[in-house]
Amino acid sequence: MAEFWTGYALPTLIMLAQIIGVMAVVLLSMAYLTYAERKVIGFMQLRMGPNVVGPFGLLQPFADALKLMIKETVLPTGANRGVFLIAPVLTFSLALVGWAVIPFNEGWVIADINVGILYLFAISSLGVYGIIMAGWASNSKYAFLGALRSAAQMVSYEVSIGFVIVTVLLVAGSLNLSDIVRAQETVWFFIPLFPMFVIFVVSALAETNRAPFDLPEAEAELVTGYNVEYSSMAFALFFLGEYISMILMSAMTVILFLGGWLPPFAIAPFTWIPGVVWFALKIAMILFVFLWVRATLPRYRYDQLMRLGWKVFLPFSLLWVVLTAGVLVAFDWLPA
Amino acid sequence: MSEVAIKNMTLNVGPQHPATHGVLRLVLEMDGEIVERADPHIGLLHRGTEKLIEYKTYLQAVPYFDRLDYVAPMSQEHAFALAVEKLLGIEVPERGQYIRVLFCEISRILNHILNLTTYALDVGAMTPLLWGFEQREILMEFYERVSGARLHAAYFRPGGVHQDMPTGLAEDIAAFIESFPKFIDDMETLLTDNRIFKQRTVDIGIISVDEANSWGLTGPVLRASGAAWDLRKAQPYEVYDRLDFDIPIGKTGDCYARYLVRVVEMRESLKIMAQCLAQIPEGPVSSRDHKIAPPSRAELKQSMEALIHHFKLYTEGYHVPAGETYTAVEAPKGEFGVYLVADGTNKPYRCKIRAPGFAFLQALDKLTRGHMLADIPAVIGSLDIVFGEIDR
Repeated sequence: MAEFWTGYALPTLIMLAQIIGVMAVVLLSMAYLTYAERKVIGFMQLRMGPNVVGPFGLLQPFADALKLMIKETVLPTGANRGVFLIAPVLTFSLALVGWAVIPFNEGWVIADINVGILYLFAISSLGVYGIIMAGWASNSKYAFLGALRSAAQMVSYEVSIGFVIVTVLLVAGSLNLSDIVRAQETVWFFIPLFPMFVIFVVSALAETNRAPFDLPEAEAELVTGYNVEYSSMAFALFFLGEYISMILMSAMTVILFLGGWLPPFAIAPFTWIPGVVWFALKIAMILFVFLWVRATLPRYRYDQLMRLGWKVFLPFSLLWVVLTAGVLVAFDWLPA
Repeated sequence: MSEVAIKNMTLNVGPQHPATHGVLRLVLEMDGEIVERADPHIGLLHRGTEKLIEYKTYLQAVPYFDRLDYVAPMSQEHAFALAVEKLLGIEVPERGQYIRVLFCEISRILNHILNLTTYALDVGAMTPLLWGFEQREILMEFYERVSGARLHAAYFRPGGVHQDMPTGLAEDIAAFIESFPKFIDDMETLLTDNRIFKQRTVDIGIISVDEANSWGLTGPVLRASGAAWDLRKAQPYEVYDRLDFDIPIGKTGDCYARYLVRVVEMRESLKIMAQCLAQIPEGPVSSRDHKIAPPSRAELKQSMEALIHHFKLYTEGYHVPAGETYTAVEAPKGEFGVYLVADGTNKPYRCKIRAPGFAFLQALDKLTRGHMLADIPAVIGSLDIVFGEIDR
C-alpha cells in the first residue's frame, strides 16, 4: 500500500497539481493579454481602452468572460453539430497542451522530454484542424473561405518555421528545450542567428493569425472568418485558443532565441532576479511587439501572403540552414 | 469518374457587412478568391428624398440635402442653394460667399478624413481611423458653432447662410489650419510609404481617363486617372476664382492614386480656408431681400414689414419664377448636381439629384472584375461610396 502511495498516487497528484498550476497561470496571463492588447492599442490610438470595470479596468477580462459564458450557444441549422462543437474544444486544448514541455525556469517543466521542440512543432501544426473543422462544419461561405485561407497560411508558414527550428537545433545540439536554453549561456541565439530570429517572429505572427496576417478573420471582407457562426463559450474557446497560442509562440521565440530564463548578463544585479521573471518579461516583450504590429500595419492580401511565405521566407531559411551547417562543420563548432 | 462541371460560387456580401460602407449589397460571382462579376444592389436606404422635396417649400427642402451625403452635409446644401438662387436671380453678399467656401472646404476635409481612414481600416490598418476621428470631431464642432448642429446643419440657405459666424470661430479655425497638417503627416507615415498598404492598393481597380469619363466618374476618382477636372476651377462659383489653389491629379488611376489625390486635396483645402479667413470682408451674410432671407431678430421687434416678411417666409415660403436649372458643385466626392424645375409656385416642380457616388457604384463591376475578394473593400473604400446620396 505504501508503495502504491509513493510509487503511483503521489507522483500523479504532483503531476496534476503542476498541470493545474501551469494552466491557471497560462489562463490568467491570457486574460490579461486581452486587457493589455486593448490598453496598448488604445493608447496608440489616442484613447483610453477599458477603464470602467474595476480599478483601471483591470476586471474587464473577467466581465468579458462572464458575458460570453451566459450567452446562448447558437447552432446554425445547416451545421454539422458534432464537428461544429468539437472544433473549438480541439483548438483550445491543443493550445494548452503545448505548455507541457515549456521550461519556465531551470528544471521547472512538466514533461522534460528529449523531443520537446518536435512536440511543440507538432502541436502547433495540429492547431489548423480546429479551424478547418470550424469552417467546414459551419456550412457558411464566409466561414469556409476563412478556414481555407487559414489552412493554406498555417501550412505555408509552418515550413519556414521548421527550417528556423532546424538551424537552432544545429547550433544547440539538442531537441530538448531546457538544453536549448542552457546552450545559450554564452550568447543568446538571436545574435548569431538574427535573420532567423526575424523570420521566426514574422512566421509566428502568421502562424497565430495575427495582424498583418490576420486574413482568416479579415474583418473587412470575411467579417470574422472561420468563427463567424460561433457564439457564447464556443466562440470564447476559439478566442482563448488564439491568445494562448500567441503566448505559446512568444514563449517559443524566447526559448529558441532569447535565452529562456537566463538573465541578459550573468552578473550580480541580474542574477538576483529569479529566472521565471526573466522568462515572463521576455514573453511580455515579444507580445508587446505583436500588439504594436497590430496597431500599425494594414493586412496582407491572401496571394501576397503566400508569395511571402513560399518565395521569400522558404528559400531564405533553407539557405540559412545550409550556411549555418556549413559554418559549423567548417570551423568544427558542432556541439558535442 | 464522371466529369463534373465546376460552377462559380455566388457570394452575397451585405447589406449587413462592415466593409460595405452602409447598406451596399453585392452579389459576387467568385472563382475561388477571384471575383468574376460584382453586382451591386441599391435601394436599401431609399427614402424618396426627391419626391418629398416636391411637397416642401424651397426652404423646407434644405435639410433633405444634409441627409444625402451625411459625411459632408454642407456641400449638398450648397448645390441646392445655388440652384434656387440662380432661378431667383439673386446674389449672395460677399461675406456669405466666403463663409460658404470656408465651410465647403471644411466639409471636404470632413469627407476625406472619413474616407481615407475607413479606407485604411478596410485594408486592415485601424489606427488612422481613431486618429482621424479626433480631428473630425473638431470640425464637427465648427459645424455646431456656426449652425447649431453637428451633422444636419441646414446652414446654407437660398440667399446666403443662416447666420454670421460666432465670435472666436475664425480664430479657432485658423488654429485648426495650423495644427491639422500634423495629422496628415502622421497618417501618411502610417500609410503612404507602407509596403503592405501599397501592395494592397497599387494597380488595383485601374480606370483610364476615357473610361472614367464614359462611366460618369467625377471628383477625386476622375482626377486620380489624370484629368484635371474640378468644377471649382472649370466653372468657378462663389469666390473660388479669387482663391489660389491647385488641383492635384494622379497618373495611374488606381486605388493608391485615389488615396494620394485625397491626401493632397486636404492640404489644398487648408490653403483655401486660410485665404478665406484672410480675405473675408465684413457685411451681411445673406441676401437683404427679405422676401427670400429672413430679417434679423432685432428688426422684428421694430418693423411691421419685417414681421410680415418673417411670417410669410416661414409659412408660405417664397415663389420661384418658372424655369429650370442644372447647377452642380464640386462636392468632396465629385460633381454633385441639382436639376431643379420651378413652376412659379412656392414648391419645386421637380428636383433631380445627381449624386457622384451613384456613378462610382456602377463602375464597381468594371473596377473589381478579375481582382481578388480582398480587393473589393479596397476598391469600395477608394471610391468613397456613401449610401445616403446613392439611394436618396
